[in-house]
Amino acid sequence: MQSLTQFLGDNMLSIYLLIFAVFLGFELISKVPSVLHTPLMSGANAISGIVLVGSIIFLRKTDPSETFSLVVGMIAMIMAMINIVGGFAVTNRMLAMFKKKPKQ
Amino acid sequence: MTVFFQLAYLVGAVLFILGLRGLSDPKTARGGNLRAALGMGIAIIASLLYPLENSHGNFVWIIVALVIGSAIGWISSSKVKMTGMPQLVSIFNGLGGGSAMLLAFVEFLKFNDSGSYSAGLTSLTILFTLLVGSISFSGSILAYLKLDGKIKDKHVTLPKHTIVNLLLLVVTIGTVGYAMFNPSMMSLVIATVISLIYGFSFVAPIGGADMPVVISLLNSVTGISAATAGFLYNNQIMILGGILVGASGTILTVLMCRAMNRSLMNVLIGGFSATGVAAAGTSTDQGSVQPTQPIDVAILLNYSEKVIMVPGYGMAVAQAQKQAKELDEILTKKGVDVYYGIHPVAGRMPGHMNVLLAEVDISYDKLLDLDDCNSELGDTDIVLVVGANDVVNPAALDDPSSSIYGMPVMEVWRAKKVIVFKRSMKPGYAGIQNPLFFKENTNMLFGDAGKTLKDIINEIKTLD
Repeated sequence: MQSLTQFLGDNMLSIYLLIFAVFLGFELISKVPSVLHTPLMSGANAISGIVLVGSIIFLRKTDPSETFSLVVGMIAMIMAMINIVGGFAVTNRMLAMFKKKPKQ
Repeated sequence: MTVFFQLAYLVGAVLFILGLRGLSDPKTARGGNLRAALGMGIAIIASLLYPLENSHGNFVWIIVALVIGSAIGWISSSKVKMTGMPQLVSIFNGLGGGSAMLLAFVEFLKFNDSGSYSAGLTSLTILFTLLVGSISFSGSILAYLKLDGKIKDKHVTLPKHTIVNLLLLVVTIGTVGYAMFNPSMMSLVIATVISLIYGFSFVAPIGGADMPVVISLLNSVTGISAATAGFLYNNQIMILGGILVGASGTILTVLMCRAMNRSLMNVLIGGFSATGVAAAGTSTDQGSVQPTQPIDVAILLNYSEKVIMVPGYGMAVAQAQKQAKELDEILTKKGVDVYYGIHPVAGRMPGHMNVLLAEVDISYDKLLDLDDCNSELGDTDIVLVVGANDVVNPAALDDPSSSIYGMPVMEVWRAKKVIVFKRSMKPGYAGIQNPLFFKENTNMLFGDAGKTLKDIINEIKTLD
């Protein structure tokens, strides 16, 4: 119980952030035409690659002698980076097709 | 100095919010995506330069990982065909979840070493990230395999799969809980493996046509895993970015279900696989279909005034959008009005058809959504159903025993004539028979849609 109250106390601002982000996420996407469902999913998916930040911090803090942690952290990082770059690029490609091209 | 980097994170977070808002409107979607990407770039640079206590650098590892990841992501996204888009999104999503899983795995080993956190809430956070990340990873991989046709639904579905899943969920939470109180390499590996199996089993009974909904749901799961990982590093942009995706992904999942007039629960416990057999059974005796030939269709089209094409996944497979456009041009020259009826869930992903038609420069004004199309159908001479099936199935309106009963459909049978382009009489993705094919005003044109469309175009040219 004590560890719980301490955890809550230490992370109060982050908990606020979490709750507000939930409401914000709901509000942002409440009305979307179905044409945009796929690009939106794909774009949001790219944002979830933000876990990359965690892997950067992890690798920077890892002692160079811990090879196992380094390798696993690096794989995690490659995976997140594919998610980010691929996700934004593929969304951009989908959306580029909706752009009105000049009539010949 | 630290404050400066935290401000950079704040800018990144605001860009994510603006990006998501932009992505929810067609006019601003592209800019929204770029804004979110910019926010991500800022977050990455800030994390690389952020002053850390006891940092060991390891920048060679980091840069190599960033370069490899970027290269793979860039190449796979620029090479993918439009039909392969849903699978790719699913794979990307799985990689995000897998990344959170691996990170949680090594973090747990580290905390375990130091001994101070082994039973605390931090280890709970780590294990939750591990659980959620694993589910997203293996679930997305299975979704990819299903969408790509490498695995069929029946190969991975057990009898009473819903109950199996419930039991497995209990076991999964049990093993994760065990790892929390008995931290060791062994218990951690077991917890990871069981979580992976659960993710796989969770997606297994869900019918292929429902995959977009599942991918959207798994996407929100990945977001949540990123957010809980953010608590580990006390990193606000991870929490905000992850939760934004988690929340918006959940709403998007619900919106997609609503477009098919089904509940999320109905999708998750596999409504299609449960009732599909019964529905197919009742509709075997429907008489015979009337096949037709390209020349007959060409003549019909030549003397019509208003034509609506209803594309589906079959058009994407046959890459028939170029021929569709060519036919459109010829008919328009002859004074025929040509429109396209786009069902919200036609294809394997919402918006799939719009992307394909936009690829060949078909104007926006010619695209009718479900409601507009249905109100136009009454005085339409010919409807060309190109590779669509379940979205034009009248059973959705009049057969309560059908698994798609209640889904809004294109009421194409109200047109004077319906031509269905189809490879064979095989049922559509929902695995159910389509009474439309047996209607009096329906003719079937068998063959590859791209080829038959081409034949029709050639026949019309000879009619001049």
